[in-house]
Amino acid sequence: MQRTMKTLVVACGAVAAAFGVGAGTTPAQAQGKTITLCWAAWDPANALVELSKDFTAKSGIGMKFEFVPWTNYADRFLNELNSHGSLCDLIIGDSQWIGGAAENGQYVKLNDFFKKEGISMDDYMPATVIGYSEWPKNTPNYWALPAMGDAVGWTYRKDWFARPDVQKDFKAKYGRDIGVPKTLDELRDIAQFFQGRDIDGKKVYGASIYTERGSEGITMGVSNYLYDYGFKYDDPKKPYAMDGLVNSASAVKGLEAYKELYKCCTPPGASNSYMSEGLDAFKSGQVALQMNFFAFFPGLHKDPNVGGDKIGFFVNPAGPAAQATQLGGQGISVVSYSKNQPEALQYIKWFSGGDVQKKWWALGGYSCAKSVLNDPSFPTSAPFAKEFLQSMGMVVDFWAEPSYAQLLQAEQKRVHDYVVADKGTAQEALDGLVKDWKAIFKEEGKKF
Amino acid sequence: MNDLSASSQITYRAVPVRPAVVRRIRGLSDQALAWLFITPTIVLLLAINIFPLVWTIYLSFTNYRANRANAPTIWLGTDWYQSILTDPDIWAAMQVTAHFVIWTVLIETVLGFGLALLIDKKFRGHGMWTTIILLPMMLSPAVVGNFWTFLYQPQIGLFNYVVAFFTGRGASSFQMLGDVTLSPWAIIIVDAWMWTPYVMLICLAGLRSIPDYIYEAAEVDRASNWRQFWSITLPMALPFIMLAVLFRGIENFKMFDMVNLLTGGGPGSTTEVASITLKRAAFESWRTGYSSAFAIILFVTVFGLANIYVKALNRVKNR
Repeated sequence: MQRTMKTLVVACGAVAAAFGVGAGTTPAQAQGKTITLCWAAWDPANALVELSKDFTAKSGIGMKFEFVPWTNYADRFLNELNSHGSLCDLIIGDSQWIGGAAENGQYVKLNDFFKKEGISMDDYMPATVIGYSEWPKNTPNYWALPAMGDAVGWTYRKDWFARPDVQKDFKAKYGRDIGVPKTLDELRDIAQFFQGRDIDGKKVYGASIYTERGSEGITMGVSNYLYDYGFKYDDPKKPYAMDGLVNSASAVKGLEAYKELYKCCTPPGASNSYMSEGLDAFKSGQVALQMNFFAFFPGLHKDPNVGGDKIGFFVNPAGPAAQATQLGGQGISVVSYSKNQPEALQYIKWFSGGDVQKKWWALGGYSCAKSVLNDPSFPTSAPFAKEFLQSMGMVVDFWAEPSYAQLLQAEQKRVHDYVVADKGTAQEALDGLVKDWKAIFKEEGKKF
Repeated sequence: MNDLSASSQITYRAVPVRPAVVRRIRGLSDQALAWLFITPTIVLLLAINIFPLVWTIYLSFTNYRANRANAPTIWLGTDWYQSILTDPDIWAAMQVTAHFVIWTVLIETVLGFGLALLIDKKFRGHGMWTTIILLPMMLSPAVVGNFWTFLYQPQIGLFNYVVAFFTGRGASSFQMLGDVTLSPWAIIIVDAWMWTPYVMLICLAGLRSIPDYIYEAAEVDRASNWRQFWSITLPMALPFIMLAVLFRGIENFKMFDMVNLLTGGGPGSTTEVASITLKRAAFESWRTGYSSAFAIILFVTVFGLANIYVKALNRVKNR
């Protein structure tokens, strides 16, 4: 029996050696500690996996990743947080979650940790600190480290714009040269120009914009128009006072303009489009313009069919009242139910390092650190870097209140009803939205 | 006679011995033993059915939110019920649900019964056709929702091309999922495609349960095929048809997955059925008290309607 066991052990050893088992054992495995990071399943997440290998090599702590597609991202992780689950040690949560996560004790407050480790929020772009880290907003209470800067931007088919026939026809129709649109009116003209046009024997369309109903799509899209037309969430001097700001005459015009763009210039069947549908439309050569988050631009630039010299990038054009864009992006937080908080904090400390932030940008993530963004070489470091920098200087975010999901649902319904389902007028939609939001804030006990 | 008395003797001997042994070993009466067997089931039933129901009823009178478990819970009385029953958006969702239930059940019943009549006849390839017809109901709703989304795609979708072929319209000139008028029908078509075979199966069971001698007697009486259908087939299969209607009605009243995958309730709120509204209130807004009240209202509605229906069904069966 003993001899049989010996033979078995030797055989197992030989097989293990033959297959190289054990050769790749990391210090983390040796130490036996592994932490889980939760985020959305998209291109930057792959970059983070790559980046995190350095953390494991340096600290000996293994990294596990839980990535969920965007359409289920909020549902999945908010459920996890609300049920006090300990699946995630670290979470890269959406900017709007911060109010609820802070007030419900789901994120660890990081002020003391930042102070102890010498991490200063002055080292990050102010918009990202307010958007991703602070709750209440504009107070030095930090619940996350700005991790992934993002905003809505636009891509266009540079190669189509450069075609002599396109240039000639456009000039003949609009009396100006075709180029990157500076205003939303110019953008509509370009989209209208391409709608139904024949390019190399294929019928193409104007623009892919956000119209998705189920989660947050149409709100993330229409905001880029509303902000530019003068929409404000509330009176800065009188918080939660929304009458005449959300439903102002100029905001109504903004909503009408978004509907006009949807009706005139989107491909057939674009009534429920969000990030991935926009990418599909652009990558398949269907549209001349695409609204999408900057996070996708590195991948698009590398695309063999529409990337490289064929693609161009621009910031959300100006409207009659302002030039602003919808904030995307997230901060990284430690989940308060995590059993591995020291290791999770260790990751945050490592992630805040200057060299790590540089590598993060190089791999396809969007750093929020000033050391990266204010570097003189940054604007030329990628074809969309300058536009990203410009966008981060003009971002506006949706409500980040604990009741953000209800506020979001109300806007999704009101806007989709008007823009896609042709129900009522823009004025009625925004008046209805004010009514809904007031009811939600009233239920929350807010005074306005 | 002798045999009989012998057997009585054996029985007589056996009876007093075995219970005595059981009693000695277990020390339990028959009743206690019965309780022992059914207690786990009762406990499970209480834990996973009755307790959640009672708890939901309690929550429906409070402001409780599952994402703010530490916040004080305030008793609101019937506030949520009043607010739900007077909310035009809720009534709109109920109308959408009713439209969906009525049309799907009607179409599925007519087609399902028709298919059952065809399949009931013996013909060549009968088995193969039955399998093919049953395939849709074997698929996962998630899969069905996703591939019908592609079928309905105005530029590449097969559905639009088929309609274009027969009507002469441009394939991209209409969108099934993005149009206010067409989107409810897009969902009805998918549901009917998927669940008609289910109705067919139940109806087929009904048709197969009709004894052949009744038809033979009808033949002797020279009853026409039409007369046989109205006087024999339909009345005798009716309890089965009604059962299928009940199952599909209850199931479609709760419909969520297909609508969520195909339209997400849109465009606007055109296809927002009650279960989508409920899910948004419960798991996106985390208005647990409110959504509990809404769930109770839906439960009472389905339960009430189903009870009335079952009484009608029993009346038909007893005719």
